[in-house]
Amino acid sequence: MSDSTSNIISTILSGLGTTVYATVGGIALTIVLALIAGLAMLSRSRTVRFVSRVYVEGFRGTSEVVQLFWLFFVLPALVGFKLVPLFAGIIVLGLNHGAYGAEIVRGAVQSVPRAQREGAVALSFSPAQRMFRVILPQAVVEMLPPFNNLFIQLMKSTALLYFISAGEITEKGELLRPVYGSQLVLIYGVELLCYLAIAVVITMIMRALERVLARRLGREPPKRERAWARAGAPG
Amino acid sequence: MNWNWDYFWESVPLLLEGLLVTLELTVLGSAVAYVLGLVFALVRRARIPVLSQLMYLFIEVVRSTPLLIQVFIVFYLLWPALGITPSAFVTGVIALGIHYATYTSEVYRAGIEAVPKGQWEAARALSLPRGRVWTGIILPQAVPRVVPALGNYMISMFKETPLLISIGVLDVLNRAKGQGAETFQVIEPYTLAGILFLLISYPSSILVRRLERRVGQL
Repeated sequence: MSDSTSNIISTILSGLGTTVYATVGGIALTIVLALIAGLAMLSRSRTVRFVSRVYVEGFRGTSEVVQLFWLFFVLPALVGFKLVPLFAGIIVLGLNHGAYGAEIVRGAVQSVPRAQREGAVALSFSPAQRMFRVILPQAVVEMLPPFNNLFIQLMKSTALLYFISAGEITEKGELLRPVYGSQLVLIYGVELLCYLAIAVVITMIMRALERVLARRLGREPPKRERAWARAGAPG
Repeated sequence: MNWNWDYFWESVPLLLEGLLVTLELTVLGSAVAYVLGLVFALVRRARIPVLSQLMYLFIEVVRSTPLLIQVFIVFYLLWPALGITPSAFVTGVIALGIHYATYTSEVYRAGIEAVPKGQWEAARALSLPRGRVWTGIILPQAVPRVVPALGNYMISMFKETPLLISIGVLDVLNRAKGQGAETFQVIEPYTLAGILFLLISYPSSILVRRLERRVGQL
């Protein structure tokens, strides 16, 4: 392997850590926000429903890139301090995908058969027990496939951190481009492979979770499929 | 906080110009995605040895990797390799179109598979030529069902166009950036950019939802 080749590969791989941090951090924030906002949209209180609607439609309606620019360049002018790029990235990724995830949570909770709710009422479970012991465990299994798509979506969005110089894969590649102009195939090839690998890992984890949770509910675990054969969500 | 309404309204005409560019990108990019997606779906369905498998691989790779890198690949790698120099705008349309074609191809695939088997059998019984079967029977039934899904992808694309700022397309966000760089006041233009996106995409998503309900009753 020539010097430039190994240099290119090691430089791009040096951004892999940031991409993974951003992905994992974004996913964690997404899960929390999606659950809160998703359940809030089903609340009996009009105000709670309204607030979560505003959050969901606000973040789904404005562009993710614009949100990133706003948080990173406007917020400092408003509040007087600048967020660390990676941190700002995680917040935007989480807020944006949390809004999409909220709809997944809402839909999954609503898809749990009525009889399950009625059964829990008949057993005189408290509303909290009803939600956490009966409804959610079943709804979570429904959520996993759409969340898989959403997480891959989020992983792809980490490339946008290029705009705020967070030092992830895409930025590393773009720093290399002026220097190694003749080796663009290698640069972009390595980048694509990194993202593909993360996508496959995410799908594998989600599939495993799906099997475990389905079994715990006493359901037939889903059939094994190729790790990256999935229905796509918009980029 | 130093919000300036005069400056905000001053930015409106410039950003509206940018919004026009964004909308053009979205409409042209969607047109490419809708046509190319159908081609992708048909190639995959045709089960041509090697070609169909390559198509599948291509679709999965494009769908699982960031659009931003694909934009760079088209702009810095593909055009020089082909020896042509299209503008950043054309690059944007092509990159968005190809990226979203991988999604729309799945939509078409689902739509085609939803056409009842009896329709295929009837077409065979009438011994219609293959082309006629597709254009006269299958596609007219498959496409209307997938229109809402295609509409949703158009909205997604609309919200992703700002990343073309990376190759210098003068869309809403880039105009806002330019305005901010000139005056060192970024709050108003960036906020306005966000509002403009919301003003277009929220009503559109309500329209698509309504369309979905109507198609659901087909």
